[in-house]
Amino acid sequence: MSVVDRQEWDVVVVGAGGAGLRAAIEARERGARTAVICKSLFGKAHTVMAEGGIAAAMANVNERDSWQVHFRDTMRGGKFLNQWRMAELLAHEAPDRVWELETWGALFDRTKDGRISQRNFGGHEYPRLAHVGDRTGLELIRTLQQEIVVLQQEDFEETGEYESRLKVFQECTVTRILKDGGPSGTGGTPAEGPGRVSGVFAYERESGRFFVLEAPAVVLATGGIGKSFKVTSNSWEYTGDGHALALLAGAPLMNMEFVQFHPTGMAWPPSVKGILVTESVRGDGGVLMNSEGKRFMFDYIPDVFKEKYAESEEEADRWYEDPDNNRRPPELLPRDEVARAINAEVKEGRGSPHGGVFLDVSTRMPAEVIRRRLPSMYHQFKELADVDITAEAMEVGPTCHYVMGGVAVDSDTAAARGVPGLYAAGEVAGGMHGSNRLGGNSLSDLLVFGRRAGWHAAEYAEASAGRRPPVDDSQIDMAAAEALRPFSAEREGEAGPPENAYTLHQELQQAMNDLVGIIRREGEMEQALHKLAELRVRARRAGVEGHRQFNPGWHLALDLRNMLLVSECVARAALERTESRGGHTREDHPTMDRAWRNVSLLCALADPTGGLAATDPARGQIRLTRETTDPIRPDLLALFEKEELVKYLAEEELYE
Amino acid sequence: MSSYEARLKVWRGDEQGGGLRDFTVEVNDGEVVLDIVHRLQATQAPDLAVRWNCKAGKCGSCSAEINGRPRLMCMTRMSVFDRAETITITPLRAFPVIRDLVTDVGFNYQKAREVPAFVPPAGLGPGEYRMAQEDVDRSQEFRKCIECFLCQDTCHVVRDHEENKQAFAGPRFLMRIAELDMHPLDAAAERGLDRGRTAQDEHGLGYCNITKCCTEVCPEGIKITDNALIPMKERAVDRKYDPLVWLGSKIRRRTP
Repeated sequence: MSVVDRQEWDVVVVGAGGAGLRAAIEARERGARTAVICKSLFGKAHTVMAEGGIAAAMANVNERDSWQVHFRDTMRGGKFLNQWRMAELLAHEAPDRVWELETWGALFDRTKDGRISQRNFGGHEYPRLAHVGDRTGLELIRTLQQEIVVLQQEDFEETGEYESRLKVFQECTVTRILKDGGPSGTGGTPAEGPGRVSGVFAYERESGRFFVLEAPAVVLATGGIGKSFKVTSNSWEYTGDGHALALLAGAPLMNMEFVQFHPTGMAWPPSVKGILVTESVRGDGGVLMNSEGKRFMFDYIPDVFKEKYAESEEEADRWYEDPDNNRRPPELLPRDEVARAINAEVKEGRGSPHGGVFLDVSTRMPAEVIRRRLPSMYHQFKELADVDITAEAMEVGPTCHYVMGGVAVDSDTAAARGVPGLYAAGEVAGGMHGSNRLGGNSLSDLLVFGRRAGWHAAEYAEASAGRRPPVDDSQIDMAAAEALRPFSAEREGEAGPPENAYTLHQELQQAMNDLVGIIRREGEMEQALHKLAELRVRARRAGVEGHRQFNPGWHLALDLRNMLLVSECVARAALERTESRGGHTREDHPTMDRAWRNVSLLCALADPTGGLAATDPARGQIRLTRETTDPIRPDLLALFEKEELVKYLAEEELYE
Repeated sequence: MSSYEARLKVWRGDEQGGGLRDFTVEVNDGEVVLDIVHRLQATQAPDLAVRWNCKAGKCGSCSAEINGRPRLMCMTRMSVFDRAETITITPLRAFPVIRDLVTDVGFNYQKAREVPAFVPPAGLGPGEYRMAQEDVDRSQEFRKCIECFLCQDTCHVVRDHEENKQAFAGPRFLMRIAELDMHPLDAAAERGLDRGRTAQDEHGLGYCNITKCCTEVCPEGIKITDNALIPMKERAVDRKYDPLVWLGSKIRRRTP
């Protein structure tokens, strides 16, 4: 048996971005002793990269805004595939979550009358995004981080220890969720139900030491999967850890075919290709142009949005000053539409020199306004590309940005399906954004559902007091053996030489980018599944040089398991869904099919015991099932005009 | 696009010791130092320890010293160096080495906990805060801080004086105090907390002799010295030497 350090906590939160920290604050405030585990240093999570703002219908800038309008925009953006109750909760609760940040010390940009300023963004009918220049994510993470410190200071006053009730385990990685019910965690007792969560198995990056946090409730808040793609705006942490941990624990993922390609990533130089160029550039007046100098977005307004967007440049330009009597510019269509349009322009040979299109603010506003409103963008282009955005256009192109799919959760409690004690919030949770997320809805998602996950995890943990699920020693042994495997890959002598984890990662990124990217075709996705099967076999031989102390090669070898699992989910679900909707575009099925509107694809592990032996490409490790989603509540449907609903809903849904 | 081979010296080792190792690595157009370190990892030194995260200058993880100067590796373009030059990359000097380019920055997290947080104003509920943009500008400047700790690393008060770490919070956290002090709705004073005084008495503001090294290395271009530290110093001086303040304190002291 492996000897590993064990500690008891009530709630363990995996991930310290916006959702994780908000969950931890909530759980701790509700009395749960709470541990947070994060791969990076505390305060460095991917949330810091969010630029544009937090969508919340506070109606500070346009008094017509309300939660109902926000709900409508969110459903339209997601092409009505959203788990509608989540969209309703988000629209309802986002303003309270933003105002709460102010009481914790956040400093948003202000309106003339001293309230929180709000900016325009794609798909949002009114100016709705609370922001701090173009560094809103940093403000959010810092505010939550500082609120965690406040709680620790309170605990210090009372107990003499900062970390007695809330502790951050930074630079640690969770590799397995532990469950009661025998070695595989699937037994369970009839009284308690199937395999409840009993804790997590993790390693400390600095020392390579293993440890176990025993807890009845675990909140996954690990973010997304972008590091499986070559061109991405995502940081190294985005290896789909929470998605994979949930799958391995027996919780299904949903909507994994929907991956958002943000329309504007940097196109040059190659080393920064994919780094985000905030949508605020367009929200504040920036326009997209092709190599012929044409504002091409007017040619790409889909029928479902025809009534909402301007038909001429003149009307679009008037909208910034007079939004009540003009329609919005098509540059502010939802992200999936803009990304496809850019892709099409480049394909038609009207791209920029480095394979993107032009995004220009220099001719749209004075230099000093650009520097004030878009300071990070100014800085980023100046430093990384030698481009002065106040004087010339940027070159931009689509970049893998966000996964709409994730752990299937209960809308109100954020509880994962089928695994008592497991919760998920933020990007790792599925359903909220349907087939495409609107800009600004991610940060509100983190706060609204982070809080809900922390709240319900704390309640569940309290109800489990006195009957905490025992941690199974054999699961710890298996987890330890799995984590150490890369060190003995060479000696085990499986067919073939040891593999370099970095090389495998690059091949995976290239395959996903080329074969399951922004435009998808049946044959290519089948090819991708074969490539993934090959990589799975080779990944078992991924070897490591050196020792366990802060060894990035080892860390990557372990992360590969997760990336391969989620990549298969994406490829398999994308192959199955024979329509185009939001973040899933099929060249061979180019239109939206109303019959798919209420169908979700669920991914589960083929081997329910959590084993990962299956390497046959046709079968793979993932099983798909179709599920019909709940009908949208009538009072929410009534918020839309009938003429609009017929574009999305099947006949029988309309007349129920 | 033109590639070339760059000569690098990278510090490798751990708390037991270590030294500079020589490498030759390919460099392509537009690349930054972090790209080169990544190529080194992928091709020659898979276990080379380095912290990084966003690779876009927003998270402040990849701090190191490049040719002796504290910088973010992701925001340092290779084109700023002469191609013939050997580039030396070493870990932050002010903090204990864990391994290779990774240091133990726990000092900063400890100091963060010692600064009393924002005190919300009594009688104002969520959604009722009103502040003018001009009044939040200054604190917003300080909140641009990405906590890369380059200012903490370069500050001579602690860089070569381990013994000062106890008493000195460093520029980043003195600036945090200034940020809260300048927050238009912070109610610390109402609770009897004089932030300026604590900066002087508890966080070592007096150690700073405004050499502006912190401002020079700040990748966010925050005017740490001019806008945060000097105004706080001036206030501390006012309190100590302003004759009216002095008189006031004497008078108050006399009343029982």
